[in-house]
Amino acid sequence: MEKKTLSAKLLASPHIVWSVLFIIAPLIMVAYYSFTNADGNFTLENIKALSDYKEVFLNSIWYGIVATLICLVIAYPTAYFIARSKARVQSTMIMLVMLPMWTSLIVRTYSIMSLIENTGIINSFIQKLGFEPIQMINTSGAVILGMVYDFLPFMILPIYSVLTKLDNKLVEAAHDLGADKITVLTKVVLPLSRSGILSGITMVFVPSVSTFYISQKLGGGNFALVGEIIEGQFVTSNNFNLGASLSLVLMVLILICMAVMNHFSGDEEESSGGLMP
Amino acid sequence: MKKDIIIDLKNIDVSYGENKILDNISLYIRDKEFITLLGPSGCGKTTTLRVIAGFTQPDCGDVIFNGKKINDLPPYKRQVNTIFQKYALFPHLNVFENIAFGLRLKKKSDKEIKERVAEMLELVNLKGFSKRNIDSLSGGQQQRVAIARALANDPKVLLLDEPLAALDLKLRKDMQVELKNIQQKLGITFIFVTHDQEEALSMSDTVVVMDNGVIQQIGTPQDIYNEPKNAFVADFIGESNILDGVMKEDFRARFSGHTFQCLDKGFGTGEAVDVVIRPEDIVVTTPDKGMISGTVTSVTFKGVHYEIIVDIRGFKWMIQSIHEQKVGDEIGLVIEPDSIHIMKKSIYSGKFGDYSSFSDEIDHLSDIEEEE
Repeated sequence: MEKKTLSAKLLASPHIVWSVLFIIAPLIMVAYYSFTNADGNFTLENIKALSDYKEVFLNSIWYGIVATLICLVIAYPTAYFIARSKARVQSTMIMLVMLPMWTSLIVRTYSIMSLIENTGIINSFIQKLGFEPIQMINTSGAVILGMVYDFLPFMILPIYSVLTKLDNKLVEAAHDLGADKITVLTKVVLPLSRSGILSGITMVFVPSVSTFYISQKLGGGNFALVGEIIEGQFVTSNNFNLGASLSLVLMVLILICMAVMNHFSGDEEESSGGLMP
Repeated sequence: MKKDIIIDLKNIDVSYGENKILDNISLYIRDKEFITLLGPSGCGKTTTLRVIAGFTQPDCGDVIFNGKKINDLPPYKRQVNTIFQKYALFPHLNVFENIAFGLRLKKKSDKEIKERVAEMLELVNLKGFSKRNIDSLSGGQQQRVAIARALANDPKVLLLDEPLAALDLKLRKDMQVELKNIQQKLGITFIFVTHDQEEALSMSDTVVVMDNGVIQQIGTPQDIYNEPKNAFVADFIGESNILDGVMKEDFRARFSGHTFQCLDKGFGTGEAVDVVIRPEDIVVTTPDKGMISGTVTSVTFKGVHYEIIVDIRGFKWMIQSIHEQKVGDEIGLVIEPDSIHIMKKSIYSGKFGDYSSFSDEIDHLSDIEEEE
């Protein structure tokens, strides 16, 4: 290891201060609240109370998995198509993918609401054609739709960034050695874009599991996800301790999920791109 | 048609937009031949290779393989394999799996694959490397893996796209010998693309010199060097002094203010021609004994010889001599009849052959540029 110079330390200091203030300190506070009661005394009550929320946790993880898989199925071909286009088409397409990210998540979720409400745009159109309105909002499908719509760019971008860096010579080499188009995809392109897929999955799965806003607005509170419960503990019930312990467990569960996924997809290869290691 | 022709390109045209990359290329390649496509960057040599491999579709013309037209055959169905310029090894597979890639697609048995890979690793002197990661290999080793991967498929023809360009000089020389040995041992056709004339001359049975999408000359290395067809070929292959001359009659050419005996005939009387004289063929003597004489303007020691630039009537000659001369001295030149080569005038006349602006550095810079 090389020794870090003074200037390197100085340059790193803003990042260290930031990490301590906004990542490490809050984590310590979450841990502190989890293991104390309202009077500040040590207790395991909050952890024990979690058994009441088993279903909510499973539900959240299930929704996260479904939304992530749908995103992956949509995003991979999209990213592949964009990466194979001409440079000018590419930049336009990437603009279009990123454009929704410039508006806030809340606005985007509201726009979905106004589309699928009982008196929303789609239903009023259907009624004008003389059909019965369809119940779309406040269904589990609406929650999944919201997650997919809101987080899809986070799947497309890392996959795209890996695919653009993929050397076309490798594709040609595989063809040259006798691989047809499908074999090239499964034996060369997919394995080489794994790091992008992994970071995409992380970036969609984590916010999907912990979202509270989407399920509130599009699920109508019928589909309690853990994010909603946590929000409730902090905002309405004012039970910081239970909220903190729920958060802590959610965090651990997500870490376990990611570890399992990383393990099964093999980790001997270095990540060659993507937005996350 | 001759029987041993394996690949026959007929009137191939390729253009990208306005740019004509290949202009009416016709070329046949014999079985078991080592043929080199030689030319500067952008001359179309790599495109020719890609047409044979199937990566580039010609706008018109036929690609014939073993007597059958294969224009519409996709690359993965052709019996040719390519060694790419930067090897294009699969980074997610180890050495063994890289070499086994083509064999696995052919659904060979595990035993067969193991044997074949071991055989290939032995051929390229990489025994014991099969479990290694591609990233852990040096450039020369990656090169060997690329060769093994291509040859494992038992191709009829091996296409090599500047395979040695990324190696350092010493390694390049070794690999030249080794490639030639492999080619002779396996008895398959090698089509080799390079911009390095020395490489082309030392390895090939046949050299194809290209420029601007046009084949300038096809011949043995000796033909190409000794009997260049035009000023471009003469200049690109080795060093040469190319002068404007006039044929007085058969076997007599006048240039540089003197009438020389030569071995060339069949030109019109008084026809303007290009005259090529290789720097190593010129004999230096005293001014009174020389056929022509001039002033030395620069002397560079090159190890084997001195490179001497002489100004004769405004034309800068290059001479390679083992005797040192002094800048500013008057010297005479003697040129024997068999040292003179006469060429017809071409579009390249007057563009090459004077060493007045000669610089090693500029020469070197244009060499490094890669064709893409």
